[in-house]
Amino acid sequence: MKVSYFPGCTLNTTGKGFDNAVRASAAAVGLELAELPEWNCCGATYPLIIDNMLELAAPAHVLVAARNEGSTLTTACTTCYNVLKRTNGFIRAHVEERDRINTFIEAEYSGEVEVKDILHLLRDDVGFDAVRDKVRTPLQGLKLACYYGCMVLRPPAEVAYDDPDHPQSLDDLMAALGATAVDFPHKNECCGAYLAVKDPAVTREMVYTILKSAQAAGAEAMVTNCPLCQFNLDRQQAQMHQSRAGYRPIPVFYFSQLLGLALGLDASEYGWERHYVDARPLLKERGFWNGRSNG
Amino acid sequence: MSMRARCSRNGASGTEEAMAEAESGNSKRVLIVGAGIAGMQAALDIANSGYQVVLVDRLPSVGGHMHQLSETFPTLDCAQCIMTPRTVDVGRHARIKLHVYSEIEAISGEIGNFQVRIRRKPAYVNWDLCTACGACSEKCPQSIPVAFDRNLEMARVMASGKVRHEGTGKAIYTLSPQAVPKKPVIDVDYCTWFQKGKCRLCEKVCPVGAIDYEQGPAWFEEQVGAIILATGYELYPLEKLGEYGGGQVPDVIDGLAMERLLSASGPTAGVVRRPSDGREPREVAWIQCAGSRDPELAMPYCSKICCMYSAKQAMIYKHKVHDGQAYVFYIDIRSAGKRYEEFVQRAMEEDRVLYVRGKVSKVFREGDKVMVWGVDTLTGLPVEVAADLVVISSAMIASAGTQELAEMLGLEADEFGWWTEVEGNLAPLETKRPGVFLAGAGTGPKDIPEAVSQGSGAAGKVLSLLARWDGELDPGRQGG
Repeated sequence: MKVSYFPGCTLNTTGKGFDNAVRASAAAVGLELAELPEWNCCGATYPLIIDNMLELAAPAHVLVAARNEGSTLTTACTTCYNVLKRTNGFIRAHVEERDRINTFIEAEYSGEVEVKDILHLLRDDVGFDAVRDKVRTPLQGLKLACYYGCMVLRPPAEVAYDDPDHPQSLDDLMAALGATAVDFPHKNECCGAYLAVKDPAVTREMVYTILKSAQAAGAEAMVTNCPLCQFNLDRQQAQMHQSRAGYRPIPVFYFSQLLGLALGLDASEYGWERHYVDARPLLKERGFWNGRSNG
Repeated sequence: MSMRARCSRNGASGTEEAMAEAESGNSKRVLIVGAGIAGMQAALDIANSGYQVVLVDRLPSVGGHMHQLSETFPTLDCAQCIMTPRTVDVGRHARIKLHVYSEIEAISGEIGNFQVRIRRKPAYVNWDLCTACGACSEKCPQSIPVAFDRNLEMARVMASGKVRHEGTGKAIYTLSPQAVPKKPVIDVDYCTWFQKGKCRLCEKVCPVGAIDYEQGPAWFEEQVGAIILATGYELYPLEKLGEYGGGQVPDVIDGLAMERLLSASGPTAGVVRRPSDGREPREVAWIQCAGSRDPELAMPYCSKICCMYSAKQAMIYKHKVHDGQAYVFYIDIRSAGKRYEEFVQRAMEEDRVLYVRGKVSKVFREGDKVMVWGVDTLTGLPVEVAADLVVISSAMIASAGTQELAEMLGLEADEFGWWTEVEGNLAPLETKRPGVFLAGAGTGPKDIPEAVSQGSGAAGKVLSLLARWDGELDPGRQGG
């Protein structure tokens, strides 16, 4: 199955490891990701002002580029997914505004492309059973807390492919990889998002609530599908001891890193050096590590 | 002259009345759908005026939701105590024909002459023979969740000898100990005979041979001149309130379940215990507007009764657990009714119920506590309560089947399933179909006094019709 792929700025820079792992594992499960030959910024946030068509021009331009390549566009960045998916829905539903956007970007587009998050594709088009069949290093005994970015859950009517209050897709994928997904009540709690810039102390407390709950449920590590969640959960732990004495940090994985490892792929380029809480000792201890020793 | 004519009519035998009806083409019998407090009120008003009533309910007994309530606001009357005289009257009234455990299957005809087809579900008990001795339920080996008690699974309470009220909680059951009529039905989803093909214990112990495993549905045809729809309400399911646990947390219950927990006829005989472990809840939180006033995800309307019943429940809880702490999370308090505001103030001031103005964002289980995350909008600070029990005031919604009934009658239910009045201000009890009237919570959320008023109102509408038809038959009234 061939699908157009939109990496987005994060996966092209700080989340390069996430991106490498996504591309390699997708290929391993028979999903051919064809990066759009030309792509621009997704717009970064979906505009809250309804009549500001200009903000929809950037994502619309991406959608047009995708339409020229095929019927489905996927991305692994949850924010890009949210913006692209909602823009596409908006264009489908609003004829008059669509014309204005089309005039501005000099295109004829009415929402023909199907925007799907990569996790959604893996679940429904590839199938977690098919993934399970290709697992070579089952993550047996690894206790994970699956953490879902709000961007794939809300607003539910526009973007959700999972239960927004009790999401399950990441839990099911981790189970397919042989890991144990623990149940905890904060799978979809806010990570603080951009408050990390304005008020890191608030973010740290929000992240602490999530991590504490996950650890109480028995998790040895977190796994997420959202680059911003990963950053906040990971980065804030580095300073957690400042406000929470005796806090014991746990690694925060991108789901694609664990997917690649379980599929037996070379994980050297999965961006391990960028983690604030080093994930490699845990993987080595459990015998799941297969990257180069300095990797 | 006219007096004599009226006297002779009043003294007329049934045959003469039937003949007169046949002449005029107007049947002076009335169908009432739903035997809750509104339907019962209408039935009694009409029957007491001398006309025949056909009262239909899909449950095995009359009384509706009011029968489940522990107390009423703002007087704290025992709901069952004040309504039992009514259910008994309805059950034995010479002019009320009861069709319980029955549903309307078809309605045709028009004002003065409706033909109604009623289907009675198989009870697997011959009610004509049954003497309501209770032996069948007593001996039945199969316990079942009690729908009348909102299926509360009282884990530890049950283990330590749960209070079982006579006739309830078994695969052959009556709705409640005060059920009218008090005739049992078999729940085939649980009955060992229907599920596994053995047992038949109830058949063996029944002294009059009333058990009939082969019983099928029964159909009845009734001719009526007017119809009152008193179909009532249900509660928005907790399963749809994902942010409040989605029905997966045992100590998160809805308002009707709390009524059962507080009720002397409930699963704990009115002793406050929580479902998960049977412990006395020390901190209880009520959450208002769950699924109500929520145009994005659920119902946009206000469910109207929750502010009052939450105050009442919190008050009763405090009367039973003196040192317990009650919290009510609210958007604003809607206590518009006679002595309602005073009642809420009493809950705050005398019973020390802590009112927190703000929505609850999330309810989840943590250890043996139920965590409630909300905000106090008066201080602007987030609030976290580690509660033992959470009561959700879930939205009132139209009862299932309203839509089908509407289609049968060529009427409309609105986008939320409530009956549409012909005109909300001046004709709130009338439908656009002549001879069909409305009463009670089927048209939208209502409390007991309103439902009763509407029952009487609809009865009045029907009675004025019947009186006119009488006048047409009575030469002495012509031109009077």
